[in-house]
Amino acid sequence: MSRNLLELTDIHVSYGHAEVLHGISLAMRPGSIVTVIGANGAGKTTLLNAVMGVIPSTGAILYDGVPVPRSVEARVAAGLCLVPEKRELFSSMTVEDNIELGGFLRSASERGETREELYARFPRLAERRKQLAGTLSGGERQMLALARALMSRPRLLLLDEPSLGLAPRIVADILNIVSELRKTGVAILLVEQNARAALEIADEGYLVELGEVRRSGPAAELAVDPALMESYLGAHS
Amino acid sequence: MHLDATIATFLIQDGLTNGAVYALLGLAIVLVFSVTRVIFIPQGEFVAYGALTLATLDAGNVPGTPKLLLCFGVAAFLLDLWSWRRDLKVDALARNFALNLGLPLLIYGAVLYLAPLQLPSVIRALMTVLIIAPMGLYVYRIAYRPLADASVLVLLITSVGVHLAMLGLGLIFFGPEGLRATPLHDGSFTMGPLLVTAQSVLIYLTTILIMVALYFFFEKTLLGKALRATAVNRLGARLVGVRTQLTGVTAFVLAATIAAVSGVLMGPITTIYYDTGFLIGLKGFVAAILGGMGSFPVTAIAAIGVGMVESFASFFASNYKEIIVFGLIVPVLIWLSIDAVHHEEE
Repeated sequence: MSRNLLELTDIHVSYGHAEVLHGISLAMRPGSIVTVIGANGAGKTTLLNAVMGVIPSTGAILYDGVPVPRSVEARVAAGLCLVPEKRELFSSMTVEDNIELGGFLRSASERGETREELYARFPRLAERRKQLAGTLSGGERQMLALARALMSRPRLLLLDEPSLGLAPRIVADILNIVSELRKTGVAILLVEQNARAALEIADEGYLVELGEVRRSGPAAELAVDPALMESYLGAHS
Repeated sequence: MHLDATIATFLIQDGLTNGAVYALLGLAIVLVFSVTRVIFIPQGEFVAYGALTLATLDAGNVPGTPKLLLCFGVAAFLLDLWSWRRDLKVDALARNFALNLGLPLLIYGAVLYLAPLQLPSVIRALMTVLIIAPMGLYVYRIAYRPLADASVLVLLITSVGVHLAMLGLGLIFFGPEGLRATPLHDGSFTMGPLLVTAQSVLIYLTTILIMVALYFFFEKTLLGKALRATAVNRLGARLVGVRTQLTGVTAFVLAATIAAVSGVLMGPITTIYYDTGFLIGLKGFVAAILGGMGSFPVTAIAAIGVGMVESFASFFASNYKEIIVFGLIVPVLIWLSIDAVHHEEE
């Protein structure tokens, strides 16, 4: 049995005096897709931010069997990469510059190689490479955020609500791209409100409610669980 | 005395010369602010250190600044040691030793050896910039890096503190007397009715050269783009692996270099005292505010305007020269605040 790529044990996060994550444990294997689902305010985004090191947390975060480095930048260098809910693009810079900066920690030759791969994967971005990121549509911005993240050649991609605010057709496109990424060997920790779609492409699922893991298991099992469907996925849909 | 064409052209030339230096200083202020959110008040001290160092070297003496640089380096080294007290890494320690102690020692030794040799003025100017530029590195490490996540107000108060400290150090290391450096080139030529000195041509050329170099740095290099990215979106920059320290240090070293060059350019055209730099830096600050603390081109153009206004004000109302120049920012601030309210309502 190969070891886990990411192993979270008893993660607590507090904002001031209010604790929002009360001891979350989670494990994921290399190259797998794990989705964290749950209602708004359950602590899903907080969990991703804690894994990336954007916010401080207590508990153990093991990455590839060893404790993850302290700073965000060192975690990027180690192969983690977060695509945040708000994308955090460099809006007054060109698409090309945004993509190039994604490979800030890579060598020039690696950057050139990965960039061409990404332009092949996202032809829309190749067309708009000279355009400012701030002028892109919602779907294009999400693609750019993904492309920028992939430039760092991550082993673990943390995706926060990639479908948020996008039209249904584009959501399907984005989730297709996400499930295709798995073929390149990158593991994906996916936070989604659109639980049904997320469970469809994931291997494992975690249901988080009020800062605690309520259910976990193979995604296929969670997707057909009648009680879960009832309360979180909307029984009639 | 009435304003005639000859005097007007003379004033314009004077305004343009000073304006070019203010443009450099304004650009440095915008650069530091957009990348680190620090209002770079101690910039004036870097200008004064530059001018005074050049003047001392011109006289064939060893200036106090290399010694001061060494003190800064030692302080930075000790701070790093303190921050690593829990986990000390040998390779990081060696690198740190070279950067914080090796570099200033090397510069100090070189200055001790070269200062009495009466080298050409260009070499003295380069030596001056080489002494002052690393100060940006150490000042950032000592005063600002520990506060990288602090609010703009805390950083502003820090800047006032650094300004006062460097002002006092300037008095200790240079004394209260004013010094004037010798021009890099003594010549001058006439262009129609205008007498143009070689020094003012040098100022124009250097300003243009630095602006072009900055343009290439920000548009063409990955580090330059990382600085822009940090200015646009700090979290986004961290998420692609750009360290806040790296961009902060780069911004400060660039700003210190620009300030040192400005000092070298200003030194031969005015007598500089240890506390003259502050007022010169403030003119650059006025230009930066006119540029909304964010626009490089507007800042550069505004700086030329500041130089012109100052030059003509010194002819028409020399007692009110500074008041008129600093009064320029009041309408701009009112306009910017109206604009800001307008945006909030949208």
